[in-house]
Amino acid sequence: MIEIHGVKKRFGQQVVLDGVDFVVQDGETVALLGPSGTGKSVLLKHIVGLIRQDSGVVKVDGKEVARLKREELRALRSTIGYVFQNGALFDSMTVFENIRLGITDEAKYRDMEYCRERVAKCIALVNLAPETADKYPAQLSGGMRKRVGISRAIAGSPKYLLYDEPTSGLDPVNSDIIDDLVKSLATELGVTSIMVTHDVRGAFRVADRLALLTSGRIVQQGTPKEFMASTVPEVREFLERDFGNITFAA
Amino acid sequence: MTATTFDLRRPAGRFVLGALAHIGRLSLLVAEMIRGLSEVRIWFPLAMTEAWKVGVGSIPIILLVAGFAGAVTALQTGYQFSGNIPYYVAGSLIVESVVLELGPVLTGLILAGRIGARYAAELGTMRVTEQIDALETLGRSPASHLIVPRVLAGLVMIPALTVIANVTGIISGWVAVQAVLPVTDYDFTYGARFFWRPFDAYYSVIKGFSFAVCITVTSCYFGFSTEQGAEGVGKSTTGAVVASCVMILLLDTLLAKLLLH
Ligand SMILES: Nc1ncnc2c1ncn2[C@@H]1O[C@H](COP(=O)(O)OP(=O)(O)O)[C@@H](O)[C@H]1O
Ligand SMILES: [Mg+2]
Repeated sequence: MIEIHGVKKRFGQQVVLDGVDFVVQDGETVALLGPSGTGKSVLLKHIVGLIRQDSGVVKVDGKEVARLKREELRALRSTIGYVFQNGALFDSMTVFENIRLGITDEAKYRDMEYCRERVAKCIALVNLAPETADKYPAQLSGGMRKRVGISRAIAGSPKYLLYDEPTSGLDPVNSDIIDDLVKSLATELGVTSIMVTHDVRGAFRVADRLALLTSGRIVQQGTPKEFMASTVPEVREFLERDFGNITFAA
Repeated sequence: MTATTFDLRRPAGRFVLGALAHIGRLSLLVAEMIRGLSEVRIWFPLAMTEAWKVGVGSIPIILLVAGFAGAVTALQTGYQFSGNIPYYVAGSLIVESVVLELGPVLTGLILAGRIGARYAAELGTMRVTEQIDALETLGRSPASHLIVPRVLAGLVMIPALTVIANVTGIISGWVAVQAVLPVTDYDFTYGARFFWRPFDAYYSVIKGFSFAVCITVTSCYFGFSTEQGAEGVGKSTTGAVVASCVMILLLDTLLAKLLLH
């Protein structure tokens, strides 16, 4: 379970998170929506302890992330797969080595045979060709890099997956493949996931719940149905921008 | 007091606070690095490849610069020689100048540009493209994957390159001095040995090693604390090189004062 209570974060004078309350139950898939620059990435980074809140509490598995000791944080991080918005692939390494580093269990990481099998499997899951493994990130297109980032995050079979805009910049076919992957990891392996996205259609297809972050707060969260029926102006504005005039039977 | 009066206390205070903050963060990085040393299985292979890249790659420029430095020292020695100085003194002068000063300092300054800039740019790029964050989210230590291999590679290769520079400078000085003065090989080696103390060799290597510490730690620190995109990478790269060079010159003076009597 991921619990975020009253989290505030500012950079200099700029208040980015202004009291965020957000809980994700085990096994749930939650889509985190919101306009660019509202702090969605900043919020995700709090969960893995890359950014520390000014006040409030962030708990994963009941453990306060900001209070963990070095080794405990390391152990926690190896149960969380993080998909970076821009891939964040290690550009001095091949795709194979990148994904292999995602295998967080040290014994398995040393077992080359296991690694080859696991990497091949993760590459196939994101619909990349097997020969991509020998390429360097610079030789790939943006969409391919993104999918390698997802491969790396799932390679260690994490309990939690945090996706930062996994489908932005992908073509519709690959977007759907990623959405389906997110869905199947959640239903088949019971992975708990948060997916930051701009793609409202994808969010409705995949998520059990949605949450909208604007002006540093979660202004609305709930099931897709509840979300569609929301009367909160920010939600209406966000939905209408994406769906235009199409009306849904809520 | 009018507004136009320039109050020095404020910028001075800011400078001191800034410097203290740097020192604090630098100490944290060094502490991380020492902790990272325990993961030998991770850093050892990376350090070997890094050493190969920075060490072997730097040999040509070191040969070039040390070769010219030795030759120029010889030519100037010839220019300053007057009739009543024995010729063997040229051998002493050239060897001592190269080993005590030119070899280590030129190597240090050049490698601040070659290795320091490379480290700062690599790590800075990894920082701004979130590769360092990614490493952390994978439960891996950036210190043992990125810093320890680079620092150790530099600590081994920079003193080694200093030795290569010394040998090159001496040989080229030896050859060049014969073009301007009637110094025989016997004079040269006699003079070289006349003033030579084994300590001079240690001193040269100690200098090389201290410069290596400066260059590697400074550049890793600058790279790690990079902010804001391509411009940030540029800033930390030049910052790393300038800071390393200044520190090399300061250390050079300090070591001469402390160790040469
Ligand atoms: N490390 C940082 N230092 C300063 N400001 C930051 C930092 N990270 C993010 N910000 C600022 O926080 C705001 C939210 O950023 P982000 O979370 O990336 O937005 P998004 O919702 O698009 O993911 C932005 O205005 C950004 O400039
Ligand atoms: Mg973002």
